Amino acid sequence: MLQVSPRRKVYDVCIIGSGAGGGTAAKVLTEGGLSAVMLEAGPRLNPVKDFKEHVWPFQLPHRGVGEGGRLRGFLSEFMAPNGYWEVPGEPYTTAPGSSFAWFRSRIEGGRTNHWGRIALRFGPADFKPHSTDGVGDDWPITYEELAPYYDKVESYIGVFGSKENVPNAPDGVFLPPPKPRCTETLVKKACDRLNITCIPSRLAILTKSLNDRGACHYCGQCGRGCMSASNFSSSQVMIPPAASTGRFTMITGAMAREIVLGSDGKAEAVSYIDKATNSEQRVYARAVIVAASSCESARLLLNSKSSTFSAGLANSSGVVGRYLTDSVGSRLVGQFPQLEKVPPHNHDGVGGMHMYMPWWLFGKKNDFLRGYHIEMGGGRDMPGVGQFTRVCEEHEGYGVRLKQACRRDYGTHIGFSGRGEMIPNEDSFCEIDPSVKDQWGIPVLRFHWKWGENDLKMSDHMQATFRSIIETAGGTVVNFQPRTPPAASSGATAEQGRQQPQSGGRISTGGEIIHELGTVRMGDNPKKSAVNRWCQAHDVKNVFVADAAPFVSNPDKNPTLTIMALSWRTSEYLLDQVKKGGI
Amino acid sequence: MRIDDPSRRAVLKSLSMSVAVGSVLRVIPLQAAEHAHHMIETEKAAGPYTPKFFDAHAYKLLQALCDVIIPPDADSGGAVEGGAPEFIDLLASENSDYQKPLKEFLTWIDAACTRKYGNAWLECDKSQQTEVLNLVAYRKNAEQDASLAWPVYNFGFLRNFVADGFFTSKIGISYLGYKGNTYLAEFQGCPPVPGV
Repeated sequence: MLQVSPRRKVYDVCIIGSGAGGGTAAKVLTEGGLSAVMLEAGPRLNPVKDFKEHVWPFQLPHRGVGEGGRLRGFLSEFMAPNGYWEVPGEPYTTAPGSSFAWFRSRIEGGRTNHWGRIALRFGPADFKPHSTDGVGDDWPITYEELAPYYDKVESYIGVFGSKENVPNAPDGVFLPPPKPRCTETLVKKACDRLNITCIPSRLAILTKSLNDRGACHYCGQCGRGCMSASNFSSSQVMIPPAASTGRFTMITGAMAREIVLGSDGKAEAVSYIDKATNSEQRVYARAVIVAASSCESARLLLNSKSSTFSAGLANSSGVVGRYLTDSVGSRLVGQFPQLEKVPPHNHDGVGGMHMYMPWWLFGKKNDFLRGYHIEMGGGRDMPGVGQFTRVCEEHEGYGVRLKQACRRDYGTHIGFSGRGEMIPNEDSFCEIDPSVKDQWGIPVLRFHWKWGENDLKMSDHMQATFRSIIETAGGTVVNFQPRTPPAASSGATAEQGRQQPQSGGRISTGGEIIHELGTVRMGDNPKKSAVNRWCQAHDVKNVFVADAAPFVSNPDKNPTLTIMALSWRTSEYLLDQVKKGGI
Repeated sequence: MRIDDPSRRAVLKSLSMSVAVGSVLRVIPLQAAEHAHHMIETEKAAGPYTPKFFDAHAYKLLQALCDVIIPPDADSGGAVEGGAPEFIDLLASENSDYQKPLKEFLTWIDAACTRKYGNAWLECDKSQQTEVLNLVAYRKNAEQDASLAWPVYNFGFLRNFVADGFFTSKIGISYLGYKGNTYLAEFQGCPPVPGV
């Protein structure tokens, strides 16, 4: 009988995840000549169907809050399909005494479909926390090593900003920033009086046409998705050029379960659940890039157990899942009577702040280590459900006077959000839950979380700073709690409490700022780190991690730009290794 | 605010023109975007609204209360014209957490009026209606009379809901003076304002 050996397709690389890290790797590797297959747990993005850009609330029967009002708050029907605090059939658990919120995305482009587009470079000191203040660990790479990749990313995706020479907040390759809004002019004046640096923000939104993408048209709706692709998302900016090489394949509805080792000890395949058929499939590749988001990447490695690696792949150091951090978050809102005099005008601007406050006390003696930056928002934005609750409950009554009070109040609020550096601690990590599995039988993560003293001191400093900015600018701090029902039952708010973490107050819930990272840390010492300076697994040379999991620290600058710069660098290294025959 | 206004078309056209021919980027063509928005409009314009949750009497009462809470005035129409009753009914039909305070309040106000004046609220005269509403429109009344605690809370719940419905309506947004959701070639920044 004739023996037919099935010829199985072997790709050069398998990329797990299509977000900032996976998208960047796909573009760089395919343009570099490699064939790539990408596993995405969700569907393709369909902007025509999925984007609600320019839709008014009154065009939707639920006015944006969804069936039963269940999308009140951060999520809304207007948002680009981006992810959820709870994913049906895919639970996670928290250890007793810990709370942690995990925002996951299951669609092409991942969380880059909704992110705030804040694109800040880490500074030189951010790569050397231990050398700077004796706490934590230094990165195995320096700012100078990563800077050329920041240049490449910014030149390709487009970031607006201004040259400012702020210590440890490096300038980049910038498009011109937009003019400040009234709210921002007001805050800037107060910051000047308080010696708080307030400069144009740095967002991945085009203020000029760039690389075939048209300039922003200032509708303020980046979070809804942008039909002209004037803001950055991996789905619209990284995936298309990869696809156009002809060397790129995306498998959607593919939930990665395990990285499979070959007899040579290298990764040879990724096993995944094909959600459509509920069956387990394998895709073969010469190298694997894990970019599933920090905690999913850690989960995948921990679930990839073998006789050689009983504690999970790339985990002989035992650090996978450890060093989990999020940004220290804190928030305060001010009401500014002088904004009542602002005439009706188009205040939308880009989908995010035009001005922000980088850490202005760098190198000074503070009562906590590291620093934070301040973001702001508010003013005459598109009205939405829930926006008049405070004025209704404070003004009370009814009738024309209530109606006028709402109009007077409209556009007079400015919210301040701090984003600070959390220092990794022993009590904050994720691990595989010993008993709980998701709907496909894949063991899930269990989170342990505790803020450290430094984090709490920092958030107190944020609150005090917000208050002084608000008061110096002539406003008053809004201290509003919606009314609760007379009896013990909490009525309408209980549902929302389960849906999303409650923001506000002294410090955010772990994970709430969606900057969770550090779980597959990089380092030169294989005993203390999972991946090397190229984000290549110490234990398995053809496995790379290209999201924020390798970050050694979590500086106050939002992680996405650094994810892309690191992924670009890792991808070029991989291309170089392939050329040299090292992989 | 018409979605097909000329400035929108012009800017959209220039946007799609600025993208080079043969670009691999996934930019939505003008026509497709127009189509998607048209679909939403057609879905919305599907005839008069039939209440899903409230019965005929309760819905009529709800409508009347909506327009008392946010009435028409010289500057704009009121909450009924803004579609608040439909919005409230639709969400209540889908969420039991909303049903209790709304239903309780409508029942309470009719019962209170019947007790006091021998008529349901809608049949009361203006001064009687106002007198009952004034009892529940302010928290301090519940501090003096504990039996008003729930009616005051429930009225506050309804009031927030009416404001949500009105200020997200076309006339409500226009009443507030929101000028955005459009297409600009350049963002103009802040107009001159004293103190800002």
